Amino acid sequence: MLVVACIKQVPDTTQVEIDPVTGTLKREGVPFIMNPFDAHALEESLRLKDRYGFRVVVISMGPPNTEITLRKSLALGADEAVLLSDRAFGGADTLATSFVLAEAIKRLNQKDEVVAVICGRQTIDGDTAQVGPGIATRLAFSQLTLVDRIENIDLTAKKVIVRRKVGSWREKVEAPLPALIAVVREINHLRYPTLPRRLMAEKAPVSLWDNQEMKLDENRVGLKGSATQVRRIFSPERAKGEILGDGLNEPEEAANLLLENLIEKDVLYFNSSS
Amino acid sequence: MEDRKRVKRPRGVAQLISGKCIACGARCQSSCPKDAIEMNEKGEPIIIIANCIGCRKCLKVCPVDALEIYLTPEEQKILAELAAQKKVAAVEEAPEVIEEEAALLVKLKEYRGVWVFVEQTAGEPAGVSWELLGVGADLARARKEELCSVVIGDHVEHLCQESFVFGASKAYLIDDPVFRRYLTEPYYKAICYLVRKYKPEIMLVGATGLGRDLAGAVATELQTGLTADCTGLAIDDRGFLLQTRPAFGGNIMATILTEGTRPQMATVRPHVMPLPAKDSSRKGKIVREMVPFQEADIAVKVLEVIDERKAGEVDVAAADIIVSGGRGMRAKENFSLLQELADELGGVVGSSRGAVEAGWMPAERQVGQTGKTVRPKLYIACGISGAIQHLVGMQDSDVIVAINIDKNAPIFEVATYGIVGDVLKIVPSLTQRVKELRAKGVEFMVERH
Repeated sequence: MLVVACIKQVPDTTQVEIDPVTGTLKREGVPFIMNPFDAHALEESLRLKDRYGFRVVVISMGPPNTEITLRKSLALGADEAVLLSDRAFGGADTLATSFVLAEAIKRLNQKDEVVAVICGRQTIDGDTAQVGPGIATRLAFSQLTLVDRIENIDLTAKKVIVRRKVGSWREKVEAPLPALIAVVREINHLRYPTLPRRLMAEKAPVSLWDNQEMKLDENRVGLKGSATQVRRIFSPERAKGEILGDGLNEPEEAANLLLENLIEKDVLYFNSSS
Repeated sequence: MEDRKRVKRPRGVAQLISGKCIACGARCQSSCPKDAIEMNEKGEPIIIIANCIGCRKCLKVCPVDALEIYLTPEEQKILAELAAQKKVAAVEEAPEVIEEEAALLVKLKEYRGVWVFVEQTAGEPAGVSWELLGVGADLARARKEELCSVVIGDHVEHLCQESFVFGASKAYLIDDPVFRRYLTEPYYKAICYLVRKYKPEIMLVGATGLGRDLAGAVATELQTGLTADCTGLAIDDRGFLLQTRPAFGGNIMATILTEGTRPQMATVRPHVMPLPAKDSSRKGKIVREMVPFQEADIAVKVLEVIDERKAGEVDVAAADIIVSGGRGMRAKENFSLLQELADELGGVVGSSRGAVEAGWMPAERQVGQTGKTVRPKLYIACGISGAIQHLVGMQDSDVIVAINIDKNAPIFEVATYGIVGDVLKIVPSLTQRVKELRAKGVEFMVERH
């Protein structure tokens, strides 16, 4: 039996800067990393392996260099890694992405029964949180998002019990297997790869499934299979504000100036009736 | 038939304009019909000139106009000659493409009206639903169509009337005990049923945990486009929905369209759109529907709900004034200075991610991408440098005040007023001044628009 972890390789957006002169994105030297949310999805899959003995297969759709991140997941303890990469898959929105991932999971399921698919809550570059629900809907799996604990998997009754963090409360939910589980970062603490595993992972094979292998309708993948089109990308506009006083040497005066401005502009006003 | 020799119109080849590519994810490569584009390690295209036929498909899909057509001087000469002979026919689209487009437009026209999903928990509405009715009304007006609410739940009919007060003129209602608690399957099935029956053109959902869970399933089932976390919604000259959202952790903005499918679906975070004015005299029409599935088919069960809200817990997203602190506050104890100022002004204390990670403030106070999005009347950022992840969570505040020792801190770029200086000196001065004014018998209020 199998647990599939879905991961994405993303640019480390916390290190991205905007060039103040050209207004374009400075990507020089921005490293690619495993999407931090997905690292917790992988960790949770490995914990399920430890608890129930499932095999863990990691899949990722992306350019060929995604292999680096997949290899890292092998070093952490995944049993198998599959890279879904083809020029036809490029430019995909969440609809086209969930199609390719769901088809890959179907293929895996033909060889070994998939108990659960684990993915991160969202990515840090797209921030949509839409691919998980997309996979669940396409495969008719139970959809369990915002999961912060997997309480129990009952293989006889084919049921899973999870805890979901919904707003300011949590709820315990029981759902039939197989399930798509999208996890929040608080669900676990990450492990580090051991040296022997890291050495092993360097030589371990990463399977490549391109579209010759997957034979998907080209109108349903990549840019062509996307329902949304990016029309324009631009830098956010920001109105420059006003620096008040000399806060370094005259903090009191600067504070006074600020309050005068806030009162003058009616942001704060006196309520003389009270 | 004339047998005159025609000069072939040169089409040139695509080339990358240096420095403009943002590595969007190989859209150009995916659009190329001739395998003429390879991607380099940085995710930028390399044009294989021998394969390029100058079809311009890659130029059309590039979201940052980073590709152009290169023509050799000879080709430019031929073009100029052809133009002089007025023999250059405009680049014509094949007739079947035009027919296809016309058929698509007819299909899209079946979809009409703007829908807003009314999120509720035990009959209590989520504020974002009413905010969406505000922007939804603008879109409906631009399309000259009606604004409708979608109310699904158990004993929720009162929410239909409330949606009329906020601007809807019609409400689709499915009221049944099966919807007592939110579960993905019954809710998404109910919405897909309504969409297939009544065919809305636009559907807006709050980008809450529940809304994202629901919208992702609905869009996949309906095989239509869904754009997350929109900060701007408008109608273009063709009547299509222009959806603008931050991407790349807020470093860039993208405008996204759903061109070939309906409804056009978008989610919007709470507090991004202003709450529309209430008009309690407004009435509307309720369209009642039955549960479109067998209750026994729903196998997912909520076993237990654990309410973890502590008494007196502060909701920063609901405050009119937020005094927020970051790493520049230097120590946990210094947050009491912010609390004093917030108390004097009648506001609450918020926090950056840095201060939460340092253990100075609890996570529920965090403002930003991984925390809460806020839109107060006044946001005072104290010792917050303004990482983009923080800015996306507060930049829509009406007035932003930044207090920071570093005059180059990015927070000053979004601030209405800035003070360069030591927060530990300026904040107490502010508190003191407010105290003095209050001692004169006057009370500070935030202006309500």
